[in-house]
Parts: sequence; structure tokens; C-alpha cells
Amino acid sequence: MKVLVAIKRVVDPNVKVRVKADGTGIETANVKMAMNPFCEIAVEQAVRMKEAGTVTEIVVVSIGAPQCQETLRTALAMGADRAILVETGVEVQPLAVAKVLQAIVAKEAPGLVILGKQAVDDDCNQAGQMLAALLGWPQAAFASKITLSGEHADVTREIDGGLEHLTVKLPAVMTADLRLNEPRYVTLPNIMKAKKKPLENVKPEALGVDITPRLATLKVEEPPKRGAGVKLADVAELVNKLKNEAKVI
Amino acid sequence: MAILVVAEHDNKHLKPSVANTVAAATKLGGEISVLVAGSECGDAAAAAAKITGVTKVLVADTPHYAVPLAENMAALVVSIADKFTHILAPATGFGKNFMPRAAALLDVAQVSDISAVVSPDTFVRSIYAGNALATVQSRDRIKIITVRITGFDAAGASASSAPIENVAPVADSGLSQFKGHELTKLSRPELTAARIIVSGGRGMGSGENFKLLEALADKLGAAVGASRAAVDSGYVPNDYQVGQTGKIVAPDLYIAVGISGAIQHLAGMKDSKVIVAINKDAEAPIFQVANYWLVEDLFKAVPELTAKL
Repeated sequence: MKVLVAIKRVVDPNVKVRVKADGTGIETANVKMAMNPFCEIAVEQAVRMKEAGTVTEIVVVSIGAPQCQETLRTALAMGADRAILVETGVEVQPLAVAKVLQAIVAKEAPGLVILGKQAVDDDCNQAGQMLAALLGWPQAAFASKITLSGEHADVTREIDGGLEHLTVKLPAVMTADLRLNEPRYVTLPNIMKAKKKPLENVKPEALGVDITPRLATLKVEEPPKRGAGVKLADVAELVNKLKNEAKVI
Repeated sequence: MAILVVAEHDNKHLKPSVANTVAAATKLGGEISVLVAGSECGDAAAAAAKITGVTKVLVADTPHYAVPLAENMAALVVSIADKFTHILAPATGFGKNFMPRAAALLDVAQVSDISAVVSPDTFVRSIYAGNALATVQSRDRIKIITVRITGFDAAGASASSAPIENVAPVADSGLSQFKGHELTKLSRPELTAARIIVSGGRGMGSGENFKLLEALADKLGAAVGASRAAVDSGYVPNDYQVGQTGKIVAPDLYIAVGISGAIQHLAGMKDSKVIVAINKDAEAPIFQVANYWLVEDLFKAVPELTAKL
């Protein structure tokens, strides 16, 4: 079975982002970029399935600037076989991502699509669910365990208050949650090998997809700062402050 | 304007998130209908009818709605969507699962996790783990919105009841099948509804050591939470997680123990009214958002705090 994994290039989650002075967005010039952490988990899942023999080919897709090629190369170094960059300079919002991926799915006919549950830049948590809707496929969002068995998959999902077990028909769309796996580090030999793996470049227009943004960002600003707190000497002082100053206990 | 709020419930009781979502709907102005899709969910529907601001309750009662599978929930919402200008659900595991699916079927964008309403088409939401606030405008004919429940004070109870109407269920999609739950047994309040939260991080050192926090939580009537680092280390289950990719909380009192304060954690709790941090590292970033902090060994400070309360 072929698996398609969609990945996003985002500001490295360890970087403290700065809001642009003109309030139009986030400063991204000269900022370290990385693969979205949940997308790494999605790639790792596909690679483990291939290592287990249940998957024959892994195709990774990214949408955005030419620099997304670096992110795709990282996925190839982790063990993906082939990459597709859908190159555009336009801001691609989740519904547009889902439409682009729908077109790629039509071409590639995978048996399973895995995405990260959420990108840590826009924090939308939408693309996987939207793709499943457009394809008319079942979805298993926030997966923490996936077992493929023939025509269906057994999935454990993270829900508020615990776990849910689902059986979904294949093909299906799944989104990776934190505990699905721990992504591997890429090794130098694998980075070298990844350079030789095929990377195809397509444009959204060639896929016949309209990616015009539906939401307009009117402004981006810093959240309000919390006032400076006080360091206390001991537990007795803490209890006193909570009872008599903050009055919360 | 006509607003639909999709209710989160367990067929008997509404989740607290419904009252917060109705409060967000009230800010839009307009008639508010609440959709209760469930199985033998009459009690939940009756409770929804008593929330202030609700003008109508729509009930879709059928066995395949016993558990809110995304495929079935999205199809039901889409079947009645044309009657509404806005469709809202809480940005909890419930709403996050099916709302984007409904939005895509309607070919409209979703505005995720709003924390404020500026106007009927303009909303404020956190991006980059809460390090920035974006004001976004939707021009779509139907606004599909998930609501950050800590952003809106819960709507109260009304003396009168709104009328309850039945809506036709949509046939089971058959695409996915519910096989079972493993729910964490809660002897304490739920994280997103708790007035006080005691949370532990990697500094706890083990799952066993979380007993110290549980003892403190029981003294305070508090919920127990954790940072992603503590979840990653396997100390506690994922549903304890507070942060960008876990639960967003804003209790009256948040006590962070052995939590360094990574931005991803701060994203989930920095709107708490009072934050207390206990950490032996004097440089821990958590102190930057704390109202009160103690630079102390948690294994000494926490039992002492529990004893003094």
C-alpha cells in the first residue's frame, strides 16, 4: 500500500517569534525554520509501517515556498521514497491545503494519508479533517496508535478525558498526535542518500486548484503582558499571599 | 443572523463548554439554536433549553449519535447548515474533530479557537502558541467557528425553557465504527472546568511523584494537569496535558510545579488569574508569567504547602 504524508515547513518551535512592527504578521526573515513537529510524527509513522512491511511506498508532499524542498529532503532522509513540492508564494490556508492534497490524492491513489494534527504556526488543526471530507473518506484525527489490517485500520485516538478506539475503512485520512511515536533523528548517510531521491515540482494551477485565501488577517499583535510577579521567601508566605492578597483559596 | 451552537454532551449531561460557546454566540447577536445530537439525549436537550440566550433546541436522537463520530456529526451539521449564518462548537477534542469536516463539505473556511468576537465576521485568535494574536475576517457565507472556552464567561441558567424541536438524523455513514473508550477515572474536577489546577512538569521525576500533587489538589479541590514534557516522559496520560497542543485552561489559580515554562506550556495557561510557580531553578522562564514564585525544591515545598493549607 502507498502512503501519502503531508508536511509543513514552520518557524522552529524553539524560536521565540516576534510580531512585525507594522502588525501584518510574524517576523520570518532570518528565522530558523523546521518541519512541523506533528508532521515529523506523521512521517515517522509511515516509515515504521514500511519497515514493518505493511506499506510499500511513501510519498511526501509540502505546499509553499521553494525552501520547502529542505523540509521534504528531511522527510526523504527519514525514509520517505519520493517527494512532491506544490510551489506557491500565496498564503495557503487549511481549506486550500485540503484541496491541493485532494488533487494529489487523485493522481497518486494512496491507501492512507497521514498528516500532523496541527501546525504550530497557525494552530488551526483543520487540514486533515478537511481533506477527509473532500475525499469522502473516514477520518481518524489525533491518533496515538494505528494498526493496519487489510481493508481497515484500528486506531486509538486522543480525546478529552481519555482514549477512543475506532475501526475505519481504508482508504482513510489520519492525523498524528504526540504519543503516536517518537521521530528518529536523521543520520548523515541518510541525508546524502535523500539528495538522490526524486523530488517533483508542481504548481497549484497545474493541479486545477484555486488556493485563494478565504480569511483575511486584519492585524497581528503581541498578547497582553502579565504584570511582574514577586519571589516569595517560603511556603508560609505563599499561603499568606494566596489567602489574603490574591484571595483565591 | 441565525446562530447554531453544536452541543458537547454525554447524552445525559451537557459539558460545561456549551455554556461558554453560547456566551460567544451571544456576542454575535441573533437567534441562538443549540443542536443536541445523541442517543436518548432528552436530558441533555432539556438542559440546553435552560441556558440563557438560547432561543431553540434542535434534537437529533438516534442510536448512531451515541458517540459523536466526525463523519456523522459533520453530515448532520451540513444537513441543516443553510438555515444559519454562524455555526459554533467548542474548540475541545469534540469540536476540533468534526467542525473542519463540516466546513470543507460546505466549502467554507473555519476560524479555529477564537478568544474574542470583534464583529459578526471578525474574530481574534491565538497563533504561534499564543505568542501573537491575529484578528481575522471571514467573508464566507456561513461562518464556521470553534470557540476557546476560556475566552468567554459561561452563559447562566434561565428560569424559562426554550422550545425543543426534533430534526431528522442523517443515515450512519458506515465509514468508521466506534469500538470503545478508555476514560481516565476522575476523582477530581475536569481540567477545563476546574477553579484551581495543580500542574507538574519534568521536574516531578516520575509518575509516582505525581501523588504529591494529587494530595495538594485534593486539599484544594483542584484538578491535576501536566506539561508536555511530563506527558512525553510517560509520567501521566496525555489528557493531563496543558499547553498549545493540549488543553487551554484559565483557572482562578494555577500552581505550576517543576515546570520550566516552555512557550508551548505557557500557551495553555497564561490567561489564568493567579499563577504560582515552584521550581528549584531560579532562571526558569515560568517565573516570568508567575504572580508568586518560590525557588525551592518541590519535594520539600509541595508537602509543606499541603500541610499548611
